[in-house]
Amino acid sequence: MRRRLFKNLFTRPCTEPVSKGTAALEVAGAQLRGVIARSLGRSLAIREVDAGSCNGCELEIHALSNAFYDVERFGIRFVASPRHADLLLVTGPVTLNMREALERTYAATPAPKWVVAVGDCGAGCGVFADSYACVGAVSKVIPVDLVIRGCPPTPTDLLQGLLELLSGGAALGVNAKHA
Amino acid sequence: MLKALFGDLSATPTHRPWPRVAADSERWRGIGEALREGKLDLLGLWGDLAAVHCVLYEPATRNVLSASVAVSAGKAPSLAVFHAPASRLERAIGDLFGIEFVGLPDPRPWIDHGLWPLHPPLAERPRPRAPLPPYRFLQAQGPSLHQIPVGPVHAGIIEPGHFRFTASGETVVRLEERLGYTHKGIDKLLDGKSIDEASLVAARVSGDSTVAYSFVFARAVEAALEFQPPPRAVWLRAVMAELERIANHLGDIGAVCNDAAFSMMHAECAILREEALRACAVAFGHRLMMDRIVPGGVAADLEPAGREAILSLTRRVRRQFPELIELYENTASLQDRTVGTGVVSTALAAQFAAPGCVGRASGRSFDARLALPYAPYDVAPVKITVRPEGDVDARVWVRIRETLHSIGWLEAALASLPRGPLRLPLNTPTDASVEGSALVEGFRGDILAYARIGPGGRIERCHLRDPSWFLWPLLEAAIEGNIVADFPLCNKSFNCSYSGHDL
Repeated sequence: MRRRLFKNLFTRPCTEPVSKGTAALEVAGAQLRGVIARSLGRSLAIREVDAGSCNGCELEIHALSNAFYDVERFGIRFVASPRHADLLLVTGPVTLNMREALERTYAATPAPKWVVAVGDCGAGCGVFADSYACVGAVSKVIPVDLVIRGCPPTPTDLLQGLLELLSGGAALGVNAKHA
Repeated sequence: MLKALFGDLSATPTHRPWPRVAADSERWRGIGEALREGKLDLLGLWGDLAAVHCVLYEPATRNVLSASVAVSAGKAPSLAVFHAPASRLERAIGDLFGIEFVGLPDPRPWIDHGLWPLHPPLAERPRPRAPLPPYRFLQAQGPSLHQIPVGPVHAGIIEPGHFRFTASGETVVRLEERLGYTHKGIDKLLDGKSIDEASLVAARVSGDSTVAYSFVFARAVEAALEFQPPPRAVWLRAVMAELERIANHLGDIGAVCNDAAFSMMHAECAILREEALRACAVAFGHRLMMDRIVPGGVAADLEPAGREAILSLTRRVRRQFPELIELYENTASLQDRTVGTGVVSTALAAQFAAPGCVGRASGRSFDARLALPYAPYDVAPVKITVRPEGDVDARVWVRIRETLHSIGWLEAALASLPRGPLRLPLNTPTDASVEGSALVEGFRGDILAYARIGPGGRIERCHLRDPSWFLWPLLEAAIEGNIVADFPLCNKSFNCSYSGHDL
């Protein structure tokens, strides 16, 4: 292990810098950090809720934490409890069997809070929308501030989506939807 | 055994590629007894409007057969009376079709939480739902036992399900799973869909296995229609399937180490996994390769740039991965957590026909690519690794070896891909329904698909059985006697799908 650690001292990080052709991601991150810094200090705590997804969205949300995207460098981190969260990232077509759990998770998240629906299912246009066992869009169950479409959205889409919420959503802290 | 049970019956002429026979309740009982004696493996059990179907595999002869029993007056004979692995499957059939299994030892609902507007949702005439009584968890009694309820919303970025632990101090006395939270009504959604529409749903049964699901659905449909996909498509399908296996195994190996608090392996494996997904995006235009396999062939060709991306990935894995394997092997604190933890006995793995890595880490030498070889694995066989230990460490090792085997297989396959068309139009049945079944080895284990296609090419009944059906019960057994803190480790070493199970 020591050998590996030593070697890593001299390897370039694979986290992608601005100049390497993924400018959209880096700019997204830099702006995001500005907005989060103004409203929440230096951090945005996200609680992910799977409301019946196929787990495709979860794979890409997971990828946000790998060394290439490294969301933590922007002050974004995933937390284990809704009580620690500023934002709920909700995936899936909200199955009837998950509806109550989603409502309770939302209720357990302290204000100010935001909700982002992730994926075509969360947006209400996925392949499961017409099922007897699904509610459909996340917004039918709890108020949603932003929808990030895709099946599943890529990690880059996800980061850019969060930026759209935080720069466009302006009035952080006083969000009438979640009063 | 299959011959002795069914040799005198003639098979339904419409089912392909293996025979399907109609059994009476006496023969159904014979199936139950053969399963109990371990002479047959149960590969699937699902309901229909007036029948219950099962797929049986005989390890000794590598024969496979489907059998059906008629439902009369809403009742069917139970296999779970003889064979515990059938229990949850029969409970789920009861939930969806309202079929009562005579003698079913555990009559509690399984995926029905009493919240669907109509019940049973797949029956001919569903009725408005009457409220269900609260779910009764199994009892564990003794001095100083306490319960730990977990979920459905878990602490990580994972799917929802409920775990009820009963512990004595640190030691888990019993784990009981309560699933069904992600039930999306997939069986019903597939009814009446065109083959292409149904293929979109099949690809989203479990997102991490999207390639394997598209693959198995396409093969079942093609078997029913007696259609041969073009050779280039056949090979590209397997290229995608191996890429999916590599990406998921790399993710799982890292995640197991992460749950033993060794985050360095997790970070390194996540880098390799991301590189695999990026290679998939270059090669097939989608990071998870969703909807790239379609009935009739494939929807994306492999251009020279994509081929180069895959080969550069295999070179990189060959260079980086051995160092990580060495790191896994030589870190005592990590080995201390994985060796001897969460043991699944060989007997239990055989009884449950444990799919995938879990089975192969507990001495079950079954891989659908070898046991029931399908194209192109019939001419390009894969190597498999079988370990007898059955612990977390063995499951990690099986994944490590399989990743390396898949890398070698990919390199050989890419050297000689046949040329030709990618997709050919499917024929549709004109006068009568046709049926097909298929088995495909996904990264998690074998996935079973059954499709019945009616005149005009509409799906009449389609069922997709995830390997997790037979893995979840084994997880309950694996954690018994281990400490609560080792549950994440055991759970990750299984990596069962919630969505694939709940349907």
